Amino acid sequence: MSSNDIPTREVARRVFAQEFNDAGYTFKESDDERAPGYLLLPTGESANRVFLVGTLTEKEDVGEDNEYWRGRIVDPTGTFFVYAGQYQPEAASALRDLEAPAYVAVVGKPRTYETDDGNINVSVRPESITEVDAATRDRWVTETADRTLERIEQFDDEGNEYARMAREHYDLDPDEYKRAAIAALESLEQADELNA
Amino acid sequence: METKVEARKTMTDLRTHAAEIAEQFSDHLDVSTDEVEERLERLVSEYRVPVDEARRSVVNSYLDDAGIERDELGGGAGGNEQTLLNDIDQDEQWVDVRAKVVDLWEPRSDAIAQVGLLGDESGRMKFVSFTTSELPELEEGKSYALGNVVTDEYQGNFSVKLNRTTSIAELDEEIEVGDDSTAVEGALVDIQSGSGLIKRCPEEDCTRVLQNGRCSEHGNVEGEFDLRIKAVLDDGDEVQEVIFNREMTEELTGIELDEAKQMAMDALDTTIVEEEMRGDLVGYYYRVTGPTFRRYVLANEVERLSDPTDAEELLIKARSM
Repeated sequence: MSSNDIPTREVARRVFAQEFNDAGYTFKESDDERAPGYLLLPTGESANRVFLVGTLTEKEDVGEDNEYWRGRIVDPTGTFFVYAGQYQPEAASALRDLEAPAYVAVVGKPRTYETDDGNINVSVRPESITEVDAATRDRWVTETADRTLERIEQFDDEGNEYARMAREHYDLDPDEYKRAAIAALESLEQADELNA
Repeated sequence: METKVEARKTMTDLRTHAAEIAEQFSDHLDVSTDEVEERLERLVSEYRVPVDEARRSVVNSYLDDAGIERDELGGGAGGNEQTLLNDIDQDEQWVDVRAKVVDLWEPRSDAIAQVGLLGDESGRMKFVSFTTSELPELEEGKSYALGNVVTDEYQGNFSVKLNRTTSIAELDEEIEVGDDSTAVEGALVDIQSGSGLIKRCPEEDCTRVLQNGRCSEHGNVEGEFDLRIKAVLDDGDEVQEVIFNREMTEELTGIELDEAKQMAMDALDTTIVEEEMRGDLVGYYYRVTGPTFRRYVLANEVERLSDPTDAEELLIKARSM
């Protein structure tokens, strides 16, 4: 079918910071040099792109010669690290202009790098960073809990290739992410009660 | 196997079959629709012959009368399947459709006699008829039984082509056209280039978006300003591209065309409008409703999803997992 000739845009996965930071294994689906790279999520899914909403708590220009902005974005389970430099001009200028704390939405690509002591750090290279409102942040938390629970439900399905890869490459228990999703949802409920 | 339900349904179609057959033989024999219908009905009601077989047999006897072979006949001699437009999913299939002419467009070429949209209960589809086929003209708003049309596929989109062998019979009833609009929901994760304040080619019936002041068809032209947004909605499982026309863009962003032009003049740069819209829209959740065209949903309605979602139901599910 000629419709397959249209390059399809990669979907933006929903994943909480805790699970995102636990991931470290990246892979490609083909040998082509330009084939897209994927981060393997511990709950058994491939992520070429992520969409996250959280609170920007800190930002800092950590560049030496050129501007290189690092932002810390917090969700109910942990912290996303976002880096934007000269090759992400829009995201870099957004980080420059934003004032923490603020609710922000980030669309971006997962990146991994190995530290000197052999740990693998996972961060986000943003395509966009925009300021959003609290309702959008809450919607993201609910949606991300939903997507996470769906992945966990399908984790033991026969033929779930990414779950098989996750078992092979990680020593992580999906139940831990279920507990994190429940805690995230509970944090929304508690906020509701406080506001009531 | 002919079931009772199908039999009842086909009875009501006999008149249509009769009209198609009469039309097919109009160049060869002097047969009226009534006459054909009578013969069909005799076979179907009295002799319990399935309607396809009845049609075959009636056509065969007229072929004998006319002294011609089946393949000399305008096609569709009962051999095709009656198809709903939305069920068409293969290239180069010969099908029969019953549809209403929803819209007629101006043909862009002399080779095309008519081009427009057909609709039936399942949705809408483009149709083309060619000058060389010398077919009677279809009228907008009227419903027809079209026998022996060919399906065509271009970039995953289907259309039907009328041809020399196509039988056209106007229907007494009006075909109801289904609503093929879809609703999509998700986070707006990107605004594609060519959004915001754009210029369109002013040539008649062109409206192509100019790239650096050039129309891909008419070259350098003095463009006319317009507003639109090409956006991507993403729900974490699928992406859907959405186009907002000027009216929807104004509703969505609150930026009107005149204001957008002023912004561009002040900044000496039209892209500032796209940037402004990007900052306002990206990262928020929307529900968009509208018909699909190629890989886009054309927004007729848009709503920002700002109500709190129900976390409680999800919590109950999660705790029971």
